[in-house]
Parts: sequence; structure tokens; C-alpha cells
Amino acid sequence: MTVVNDSDTPEQLEAFQARIDAGETIEPKDWMPAQYRKQLVRMISQHAHSEIVGMLPEGNWLTRAPSLRRKKILLAKIQDEGGHGLYLYCAAETLGVDRTELIDQLHAGKAKYSQIFNYPSLNWADIGVIGWLVDGAAIVNQTMLAKTSYGPYSRAMIRICKEENFHKKQGYELLAQMMEGTKDQQAMVQDAVNRWWWPSLMMFGPSDKDSPNSKVLLKWKVKRKTNDELRQRFINMTVPQANAIGVKLPDPDLQFDEKTKNWNFGEINWDEFWAVVKGHGPCNVERLEARRAAHDEGRWVREAAEAYAEKHSGIKKAA
Amino acid sequence: MSYDLDQQTQTALFQYLLRLADDRLILGHRLSEWCGHGPILEEDIALSNFALDFIGQAEALLRLAGEVEDKGRSEDDLAYKRDWQDYHCCQLVERPKGDFGFTMARQFFFDAYDFPMWEALTTSSFEPLAAIASKSVKEAKYHLRHSGEWVLRLGDGTKESHDRIQTSVDSLWRYTGELFETDAVHDHLFSQGIAICLSGIEKEWKEIVLPHLTRATLTPPSEEGMVMVSGTRYGAHSEHLGHLLTEMQVLPRAFPDAKW
Ligand SMILES: [Fe+2]
Ligand SMILES: [Fe+2]
Repeated sequence: MTVVNDSDTPEQLEAFQARIDAGETIEPKDWMPAQYRKQLVRMISQHAHSEIVGMLPEGNWLTRAPSLRRKKILLAKIQDEGGHGLYLYCAAETLGVDRTELIDQLHAGKAKYSQIFNYPSLNWADIGVIGWLVDGAAIVNQTMLAKTSYGPYSRAMIRICKEENFHKKQGYELLAQMMEGTKDQQAMVQDAVNRWWWPSLMMFGPSDKDSPNSKVLLKWKVKRKTNDELRQRFINMTVPQANAIGVKLPDPDLQFDEKTKNWNFGEINWDEFWAVVKGHGPCNVERLEARRAAHDEGRWVREAAEAYAEKHSGIKKAA
Repeated sequence: MSYDLDQQTQTALFQYLLRLADDRLILGHRLSEWCGHGPILEEDIALSNFALDFIGQAEALLRLAGEVEDKGRSEDDLAYKRDWQDYHCCQLVERPKGDFGFTMARQFFFDAYDFPMWEALTTSSFEPLAAIASKSVKEAKYHLRHSGEWVLRLGDGTKESHDRIQTSVDSLWRYTGELFETDAVHDHLFSQGIAICLSGIEKEWKEIVLPHLTRATLTPPSEEGMVMVSGTRYGAHSEHLGHLLTEMQVLPRAFPDAKW
């Protein structure tokens, strides 16, 4: 990938880099390199799509939530995720793309979203584990992105992160309660953790050496930390939390390194990661189908809303 | 907690609270089925919000019902460990969610009953119920405005949307009558100033619904030859309720000793 776009002069690029280096925030009306804009659209829209697709695995348990309190918490959480999606699409729109276009790309299978949502949510404890590990991993990533150089993205992250923290707490609390419950409940939690642990580690993306976009994103302070740094931070945070509720993380190589103060971990199965990213995960087809179906079945509703607004716009103006 | 109620009032009030709660629990369940599948992201969020309101209302009502019954049943016991025969929701809310027009038509019919009902219940002589009503009436007002707006948009939108929602209005109409059915339970509570006058609510319902349908270029179906659904309050349910409850209650039923 070339970083320099034809239309961007070396002087412009240099001035831009100077602003970045001085720690300035880039706002929508500011000049920015074409590649900077492109990378941000890619990241923000992927992020927005992830929020929306992420509603599906959790939605799978909405009608089976085992208590009214849990049902309310889950509904509110999924609703928050929808709100995050909305907020992020708006942030992407500040870069001159529109939401319809982005959503069309998702439905055409041309846009990515987090690979994690292509895994199935099979038992109720998955809901807790998604909150704890998936929102937890997202927080690590988003806390870093809250300091990103692009203003609207940074502000979106600050706002979203607050809610993600809440989700994580609620997910962890759900699991802690199940771990204090019956043998069946404990087994559910362990089963869910076994299935979600490795995919959550993959959420940080490929190892730095295989991450094609990382270098330029770091240079422009779109990202402030590498994938591997963030992954390590997440693992260091999570291991003690797992121990505290008595659930085992499915990695025999997890070991605390006294020297680095890091938890060393086993080999991530990158073949699985790439397979899921390329569309071959357990639920890629279902997730995309569900999104497309919602969109297609909603077409007549959107058309009606548009037609109605058009018919009555004159009346509103006159009033 | 126990309340100082005579036997007859206690029994009737328990029944009545279940009716109110079950309508909302089942409707909230139906609305939650839209979560992640709405026609527009904003609407997806709005429907989840409605679901949340209704489930919250149901929770408060079931808790109160448990207290009134005074046999130590919690709101979750009542929601998750009651068989379909003991549910008292109306068939209107049991109907499967259908398309978005069906959901909104049902919602509008329900909201046009829900709002005046809560408004009236704010003056219930049973204070805990009046307190729930004061909170719920604000939610109901917002719901009614929202579903009413969609009825307008769909009714007066495109030919397709008009035809679709008209079909839903037609098929739902026969389920609206039982919202206003009274019986000995209701009459007794009405005489105590606890429940409200349902024929008054029915009048208000018509005053809301009929002109609004006209504005939306929709027509209510002729009731001639139509057999209105009746009797759900005494356990005459549709096939749909059993499926819904099987799904909703699966975990507490399968693991009766577990706490969630
Ligand atoms: Fe989120
Ligand atoms: Fe979240």
C-alpha cells in the first residue's frame, strides 16, 4: 500500500505530520491526506458494522433470558450497541461517506466487521462471557482509540467506552453469580469461556508483523499502540479476573513472567483467524443473512417513511 | 410485605395485577424479537426501548402481585414458573410479531388503550398501583405518539405500505374488544376505587383510534359478521402463548434450583 496519494503534495504531508507530532487533533474540515481519510473510513465503518452485527449473537438469548432483571440488562446492552453503531456511522459521515453506502458495502460482503461476532452464542453464560471478554477486549482497544488523532472518532470512543465498561461489569457479575451457583451453571460458564477465550484474543488483530496497516496508523496517531501491546494488556487484566471467579482459561501455557510482569500465553491459531475473517467462520453466513434480511424486509418501511415525509413536507413548512 | 385487604379484594387484586403484568410481559417479549432486526437502526433502538419499558412495567406489576398474594412468590417466580393456563394476557399481545406494519398497528391499538388506562390508574385507591401508573403513564404517552406516527407514515406512505398496514388493521381488529371486557374481578375492584372504568377507556380508545386511522387514510373493518375474540382473561389463549412461554421459561424450568 502506498501512503502518498498523487494529490497530496510532500509539503502538505509534512505539515500534516507536524500537526500530528505536535499532538493536535484533526477535525473534519481540516486538510488531511487521502490515505488518512481512507484508513479512518475503513476503521470507523468496520467498528460501526461490528456494533450492529454484534447485536445478533446476544439477541439470540433475549427471549430466553432467565430472569426479568437479566432480560432488561441484556435488552439495554444490545440497545446501547445499536446506539454505538449509530454514533460511529455519524463519525464516519464526517469524512464524506454516507451511512447507506457503508451499509450497502456490509451487505455486499465487501466490508469487514469484528471476526468475533461470527462465533455462535450457545448457552446463557455466553452472554456473560461476551460482556466480560468481548466488551472487555473492545474497551482496551477503544481506550487507546479515545486518544486517536481524529477528533470525531476520539469523541465517539470516549462516550462509547463508558457504556462498554458498564457492559463488561454486568457480564462479569453475571458470570460471578453463575460460578457461585449450581454445578450446571458452573459448567456453562466454563464451556462459554473455553469457546470465547481464543477468539477474544484474536479481536486485537494479527500480530504486528502481519498487520499491514499498523505502521502508518501509528505514524498518524490514529492508533497509539500496536495490536500485540493491546492484546498483552488485555490478557494481563483478564487472568486475575478469571482466577477471582474460579474459571479456567483454556491455555496451558499461560504463565506469569516475573521479569516482564506479563502473562505469557500460548500460540494463537492464526489460520482460524484468517478463515473467519475470510468468511468461513461458524456464523459468517447467518450473520450477514440476518442483516440483509432485516434490510430487505425493511425496504417498504423506509420507502413509506420517505414518501410520507415528502408528501407532508409542504404542510410542515406552511405550518 | 402484606397489605391490609379483605379476602375478596386480595384475590381480585392479585388477578387484576396479573392481567396488567402479563399483557406487558408478552408484548415486551414480542417487541424484543425485533432487536437487531429492525427496518432502520433508529427504529431497532426504539423498539428495544419499548420492550424495555414494558418488561420493566411487568416486573413492577408482578412484584406487586406477589406481595398482594403474600405467598412468597417473586416477580421471577410469577413470570417463569407459571403455566400458560395461569397467564391472563389478551390475545392481541400474543400474536406473532408479523411484519413491521403488523407490529406497529398492534402497538398503536395497545398504546391507545394503555395510555388512558395508566392515566386513570394514577388515581387508583391502591397506592402502590397508582405509583406504578404515575411512572408508566409517561412511557405510555411516548409509545402512543411513536406508534401513532408510524401508523400515519405507513398508512399514508406508499401504496404497498398502505395495503400492508390496512391488512394488519383488519386482522387485528377482532382482538381489540377484549381489552375492555369486564368481569366480577374487575367490577369488584372498580367498586373499591382500585380499578378503572373500562367502558370509559373504551370510549377514549375509540376517540384516539378512529380519527387517527382516518388521518392515516385507513379504515377500521366492518364489525358486521366479525366474531370478536373474548375470554382470554379466564385463560382462553391462542396457540402462540405456549410456544412463547416454552422459549421464555426454558432456563428456570430446566434448572429449577439455579439463581440467575
Ligand atoms: Fe459497543
Ligand atoms: Fe458493549
